[in-house]
Amino acid sequence: MFKRYSIHTLLVSMGGLLIYVAYEEMISLYILSVLMFMGVNIILSTSLNLVNGYMGEFSCGHAGFMCVGAYVSSVLGVWLFAKDKVFGPPLINPDYALYLFPLIILIGGFAAALAGLLVAIPSYKTRGDYLAIITIAANYIIISAIENLDSIGGSRGFMGMKRVITAMEDIAYLPWMPIWVFAFTIFCIWLIRRYVSSTFGKGVNAICQDEVAAEIMSVNTNKIKTITFMVSSGLAGIGGGLFAYILGYVNPGSFNILKSTEVMVMVYLGGMASLSGSVLSAIFFTILLEVLRPLQIIKWIVIPLMLIIVMQFRPEGLMGSRELSDIFPWMKRFYRFK
Amino acid sequence: MLLSVENLIVKYGNILALHGISFHVNSGEIVTLIGANGAGKTTSLYSICRLPPPEAPRVVAGDIKFQGESLLKTRPNEVVSRLKMALVPEGRHIFGNLTVMENLELATYSREKGAQLSEDYARVFDLFPRLSERRKQRSESLSGGEQQMLAVGRALMTGCQVLLLDEPSMGLAPRLKYELFRTLKQLNEQGMTILLVEQNANLALHLAHRGYVLDTGTIAASGTSEDLLGNPDVKKAYLGG
Repeated sequence: MFKRYSIHTLLVSMGGLLIYVAYEEMISLYILSVLMFMGVNIILSTSLNLVNGYMGEFSCGHAGFMCVGAYVSSVLGVWLFAKDKVFGPPLINPDYALYLFPLIILIGGFAAALAGLLVAIPSYKTRGDYLAIITIAANYIIISAIENLDSIGGSRGFMGMKRVITAMEDIAYLPWMPIWVFAFTIFCIWLIRRYVSSTFGKGVNAICQDEVAAEIMSVNTNKIKTITFMVSSGLAGIGGGLFAYILGYVNPGSFNILKSTEVMVMVYLGGMASLSGSVLSAIFFTILLEVLRPLQIIKWIVIPLMLIIVMQFRPEGLMGSRELSDIFPWMKRFYRFK
Repeated sequence: MLLSVENLIVKYGNILALHGISFHVNSGEIVTLIGANGAGKTTSLYSICRLPPPEAPRVVAGDIKFQGESLLKTRPNEVVSRLKMALVPEGRHIFGNLTVMENLELATYSREKGAQLSEDYARVFDLFPRLSERRKQRSESLSGGEQQMLAVGRALMTGCQVLLLDEPSMGLAPRLKYELFRTLKQLNEQGMTILLVEQNANLALHLAHRGYVLDTGTIAASGTSEDLLGNPDVKKAYLGG
């Protein structure tokens, strides 16, 4: 009984602790925001791992989908619940903000999933390096499109999300952002774990190994590629939406190829096709970025250097394709990673 | 006629690979396509399986019919799941980082789970006891012969009624080769239709009921195995005198 529910107990107590310390303001806002970015980074790295690790394709435009999610959920939230210069008075009574907020984030994710088709459809006939080029192109298309949409701020960016959060806090004073980030992070990990361990997910692994063999084993590769790309980009959109609400401001420039690279670094550092590896490396990477902050611009020499060293000595990433439970077998008593 | 290929013209890019070939396979038969390298044997099989590009050849003209129905618009996964034709590809294409059992399980991807499945597992392990011994072993650590057994076993696990084999004897020691061909014969006696592509013409013709000789994208000769084995031209070109 205890063993069966231990992971749930752990998650609930972690979440409870997080809410408690945030509510009592026992940790500074800075640490709280680092924790929230950690959650967003976990969402981003695990969702990219679905494509780059589990399916073996090479997507380097993840930030583009994040951008779609960020803009759709920000614009929707501000339009519906906040008084804004562009959109005028709130469309819906802000009292509903609390209930509809997760829905808005999910709609952002859904929009990003549709944007994922931009990569999914070419992937039927293109693989490897060529597909990677398409993903970069998709990233640029999305950013340029938003830069040229003047009604939502163009390249100047879009803001006003803080008012949505204020509207939520007016209803019930709780640290809503940490709560939602925590909830969506758990949701994302849960979804990916279920996805890759399902029968359907075995097809994803088959595509990674040998597409011809997958096809002659009656795996519908086009369908799997479409769904996998859509799930991955949809989750990136959810991460993007949360990112936008944490910052309270978005501009297209923050979703460029550098951001995509950052997510890729997290995936490769953690290990391809290792869910726990992605989670750990996202946590580690977020902390690393903050620790190295005093180095300022030199940070961007130290981090790539680390990547070179990792690729030289552990090209399969820190965890390889293993999960935590493969490294520490005692964990299997509490939780099955696959 | 279970499967018929009619005047099939196939191109890879600009290169004409098949110049309009016709052959057919009846239910319960073993038919073999023999011929030299580059004659178009593998291309014919890939066309039947409808493999996607870049492997796939482009059908320019002609038709492939399964029980009278054209399958040019069929997706490759449907060829396996609906039409029940399974390919054992050249070079085996097994999933190296999966265990033997996982490879076999993957083959049941679009099948309904039920009693039929355990019966099929039993049949595969009965045909290839070696696979049963190595169930939990990663398949890349198997020997070449065992990998070929796995490739055949995997195709059987798709629940196929037609088995398409591409050079199954390649890289096998003579004894293993004969063992494999004996297994194929056994399968055929149980009702399996087999289309065999083979370089080893002698061996193939001794197994098959009928054969077609392919030569640079055209059919040079066809007939029953006895006829082909007795045909002086075929003897000279493919059977070593």
